[in-house]
Amino acid sequence: MIDFGFTVSPSSRINLDEVDKKSFVALSKIEPDVVKCMACGSCSASCTVSQFQPTSVRKAILSLQNGQISQAMDFLKHCMLCGKCTMVCPRGINTRHLIISIQKIYGK
Amino acid sequence: MTNILSVTLQAVTPEGIIDRYPNSYNHFVLPFVIGISFILVYLLIGLVRVLYHLSGEDRIKLLKSLFNPKTALKNLKDIFCDCLLHTKIWKRKPLLGYMHSAIAFGWFMLIVLGHLEVYIFAPRHLEGISEGSLYYPIFYRFFIWINPAHETLRGTVFFFLMDFFLLYVLSGIALAMFKRVRSIALGMRHTTKPSLADRVALYSLWAIFPLRLLAEGFTADLSGGSFLTKPVNWLFKAFFGNELNFMPTWWAYSICLGLFFLAMPFSRYMHILTEPVLILFRNAGLKVRKPRKGFAEAEIYACSSCGLCIDACPMNTQKKNLKYSSVYFIRFLRRHNNKKINEIAEKCLMCGKCAALCPVGVNSPDIRRVQRETINNSVGYDYSYLKDYSDKAAAELSDKPRKSGKVLYFAGCMTHLTPMIIKSVEKVLKAADVEFEFMDKDSGICCGRPLMLAGKTEAARKTIEANKKIIEQSGCSILLLSCPICLKVFKEEYNLENIEILHYTQYIDRLAKEGKLILEKKEGSLVYHDPCELGRGCGIYDEPRNVLSGIGELKKAQKERDESICCGYSLGSLTLDEKDRSKIAESSVANLMANAPDKIITACPMCYKAIRSKADVPVLDFAEIISSSISGLKQNS
Repeated sequence: MIDFGFTVSPSSRINLDEVDKKSFVALSKIEPDVVKCMACGSCSASCTVSQFQPTSVRKAILSLQNGQISQAMDFLKHCMLCGKCTMVCPRGINTRHLIISIQKIYGK
Repeated sequence: MTNILSVTLQAVTPEGIIDRYPNSYNHFVLPFVIGISFILVYLLIGLVRVLYHLSGEDRIKLLKSLFNPKTALKNLKDIFCDCLLHTKIWKRKPLLGYMHSAIAFGWFMLIVLGHLEVYIFAPRHLEGISEGSLYYPIFYRFFIWINPAHETLRGTVFFFLMDFFLLYVLSGIALAMFKRVRSIALGMRHTTKPSLADRVALYSLWAIFPLRLLAEGFTADLSGGSFLTKPVNWLFKAFFGNELNFMPTWWAYSICLGLFFLAMPFSRYMHILTEPVLILFRNAGLKVRKPRKGFAEAEIYACSSCGLCIDACPMNTQKKNLKYSSVYFIRFLRRHNNKKINEIAEKCLMCGKCAALCPVGVNSPDIRRVQRETINNSVGYDYSYLKDYSDKAAAELSDKPRKSGKVLYFAGCMTHLTPMIIKSVEKVLKAADVEFEFMDKDSGICCGRPLMLAGKTEAARKTIEANKKIIEQSGCSILLLSCPICLKVFKEEYNLENIEILHYTQYIDRLAKEGKLILEKKEGSLVYHDPCELGRGCGIYDEPRNVLSGIGELKKAQKERDESICCGYSLGSLTLDEKDRSKIAESSVANLMANAPDKIITACPMCYKAIRSKADVPVLDFAEIISSSISGLKQNS
């Protein structure tokens, strides 16, 4: 291959038609709060783990909505469920239960 | 009928007491014999099952505790106080205590005295099953005839005692009937809805003692009676003029007893027999390991379904949440209704109030935690980053000079959300001239308690290991905590040797007592909120109150100490939503404001945030108010 001095990034296009929405519906049944998120990022700002690993409930929810399941799981797998995000969430989302529910539904 | 007559006719006998039935058997004892045999066999099988499901280690623990004189004495005391006298209920609700002890202790005394009577007057009938030892002492008054000419004082004393305790039981039964109609009169706002088996057992229990009175009343002229049965006897004689109702009442009495025993294993009344077993297990120090087997099974069957936990539960502010009370959780566990079990297990705030108030001492939050474990323990996680962190933090701390009496302060996640608490603790420690290391100054990792509460026990062990390493490397001798949630897990799971684990309320109390911290009394009236994990969880009630009463006038909340109401934001609940939580917070604040204090003080960063959002008066953290009350500095000698 000829070296052009640069590379092309793989496509980051998401085809939402191909995303399986069933799991998300199941999730919003178990934890209806998931649709309340307004992506303010208070959870990420207060997160105990985020100083060690990229962890964010906000990003996880966005990734789920985009169908990027494994990325969402990566944002949560380091979580210690300390509950700080629940305390700071302006929408009163039950983040701890949301995190466990996501891990249970998508982790299979 | 003919039997009775034949006996009364051959009354000319030199003995004081004779068997009216030479073979001492009558068909009417059958229902009772069937019932009692069934319950004894059921109990035996159940006991073997429970023991079988205990782990080997637990069984050895149990065996050792039975032969340890100290625990054996405690066992005896607990069984007598809790199963018979019901001192726990007496203390909180005297009328309810009277009702329960009347039925339990009264019935127990009737059985004991009945056996004693037989032992003294007709010992032959205690010798074996063939002699009727199973039923004879129960129906003693039916089988004997006592010659009035030979009636001894000893016999009369027994007649009196039997009647006395029968009256005692009857008064309890009357109260119990009244309670069904108006439970609030006995101090209970809500009671449980009885199941079918409960109803069968309940109504037969109610019938047993009035029927006993009637039955013994009919025979009082033959077999002796006292102030209760004798008048009944005269009344019947005058009313009926014959002995025709003699047998039916004894049959009814026996049938009710049999029915009660047959319904018992499927009803709430199983607690009568299982509570002593639970006491033995608890005093042996056993813990719940499986949600439905072993120790948990003993707890499930020991639940008396009394419903005191319904009133206790902080979720009872909303009627729709009454169904999440411990009593229903245990009922569903008993019925193996998995869907409901999980729903209730995940809803609970784990504040522990139901366990604290439970007259039987069933620790249902523990069962819930283990139940959560069965679902959530397998949820995946990746904590590989913990090792790097703990290595680094341990190295940093171990570089610092080691001194005896070194204090290590761990703030924890929640305290980092309220930096004011950290600043206040630092200020107080500085004022008292205490040198300390700050373990998680730049925010550390979680203590593991939230993971434990969520049922991810295995994951919690990972964070516990990481923290433990740092603490042990630091060479501290006191670990100071400002979050009760951390305190509980540090005390229970960390097994830190030679390190004293203290909450800041305890430490400040100590500093004040030692004179290292002089506090000024300049505050107005204060009320102290007992955080669940600190009070019921770790038993710390007095230390914060000691200190607070030194800086202001301490007012009482409506319910406090082990009856305090959870702030609603406990990490214990997994599924409770924001709306319900804020309702609980409101009721918690209303409870604190009962005596209109100027300020509310709490000692938990979570309670602080929750109460602050609902209260109209200033809410301060314990450390915050102490730091503003320091007057002179040290007085070190």
